[in-house]
Amino acid sequence: MSAPVNVTDATFADEVLQSDKPVVVDFWATWCGPCKMVAPVLEEIAAEHGDKLTVAKLDIDQNPATARDYQVMSIPTLLVFQGGKPVKQIVGAKPKSVLLDDLSDVIN
Amino acid sequence: MSDQTIHDVIIVGSGPAGYTAAVYASRAQLDVVVFEGSQFGGALMTTTGVENYPGFAEEIQGPELMDQMRRQAERFGAVLRPEDVDALDLTGDVKSVRAHGTEYRARSIILAMGAQARYLGVPGEEKLLGRGVSACATCDGFFFRDHDIVVVGGGDSAMEEATFLTRFARSVTILHRRSEFRASGIMLDRARKDPKITIRTDTVVEEVLGENTVEGVRVRNTVTGEEETLDVSGFFVAVGHDPRSGLVRDVVDTDDEGYVRVALPGTGTNIPGVFACGDLVDHTYRQAITAAGSGCQASIDAERWLAEQPSNTRDTAPPPTPGVDGAEVDELDSIHARDGGPEARGGTRGSVDEGSSEPAGDAVPAPS
Repeated sequence: MSAPVNVTDATFADEVLQSDKPVVVDFWATWCGPCKMVAPVLEEIAAEHGDKLTVAKLDIDQNPATARDYQVMSIPTLLVFQGGKPVKQIVGAKPKSVLLDDLSDVIN
Repeated sequence: MSDQTIHDVIIVGSGPAGYTAAVYASRAQLDVVVFEGSQFGGALMTTTGVENYPGFAEEIQGPELMDQMRRQAERFGAVLRPEDVDALDLTGDVKSVRAHGTEYRARSIILAMGAQARYLGVPGEEKLLGRGVSACATCDGFFFRDHDIVVVGGGDSAMEEATFLTRFARSVTILHRRSEFRASGIMLDRARKDPKITIRTDTVVEEVLGENTVEGVRVRNTVTGEEETLDVSGFFVAVGHDPRSGLVRDVVDTDDEGYVRVALPGTGTNIPGVFACGDLVDHTYRQAITAAGSGCQASIDAERWLAEQPSNTRDTAPPPTPGVDGAEVDELDSIHARDGGPEARGGTRGSVDEGSSEPAGDAVPAPS
């Protein structure tokens, strides 16, 4: 069982870019309704597939630099990082089945 | 896998229509399951202040209103499930709904899937979704602080989005393809009076420009034929919605635009025991309050219909096997435990005056 980890501008390099495992970063904000929809789905994905990937959450209000660096202009946005590079971008709240499909390269 | 219970009502959708139907049906002591879907709460989830829902003298935030409706439904025993429905079988006395590999059955069904945001379909739009193209001002406005942006549309949603976006943007230009507006007087006035907003009528979008992010919009004046490029970095679409009737369109009667046809003034569809409400059926009013009202109607219609049926549906079901009841209770307990948070909300959209944008991911494929 794994839970999503909170990352910040300060910890992003260590926890995401240097990670051995692929990391799915959820760019979110407290005022974003769709972000609230996708959050429980990500918790489930973290719990079920924590051996293959890490789920990280980044609050864009508190951590604007990282959001700017990766040109995130819509939330929720999920960016998948592998070997320190973004390899996939998923925009908007999606059903779990669709997310799992989108993440299938990483999970399987 | 199959859920052995035959419920009284399954409600598909969790906007104002779905939750109101759930409140009425569960309060009438019916056994109710609501499929909220992973995009719960409907359009009000992406709305800010709702000023025209009766009962709130001060405005209420859209997500807060939906949370209240949700908890009200739960209070009377409606079981809320977070899955998206994959398929429905509406023929026969016992109808079934498949969600995430499990079959759920009920004697009646209330359809309340709502509508989803429409996009223009012009070149560049899909490619730049999430990179300057958005259908949700409240989600994405934040990213356009001191930018110049356009909002496309001529209805209340466009006016509301444009007005909201002035909090962030340096300038907002509303592009509308006609010369007259569908927006209500108050919303149009608000937009016209805003010093940051410019309105261009008779203007259509030809292309969204930019490689990685939006760098401009090519527009054409439909009267003069003149083309022009606007130097903007944000492109917000508010051009209406399409009903989410795809799952049932093969068996349930719909009109040319896909709205489910109901036997007005009721909510019955062409299939006995199947009712429909909210924005799924309504292309005229599309307000949170009208959706809630029709959800109430659907619930009462379903309740009466169930009461009129010979009570043989339960008898024709497979005989209950020992232990099934116990299993069901366990399952429900675990659902409540998992679902306890206030976040889960679901599927339909409310509408224009309430504020109206859509979760960007909803209607649209993600750029890859």
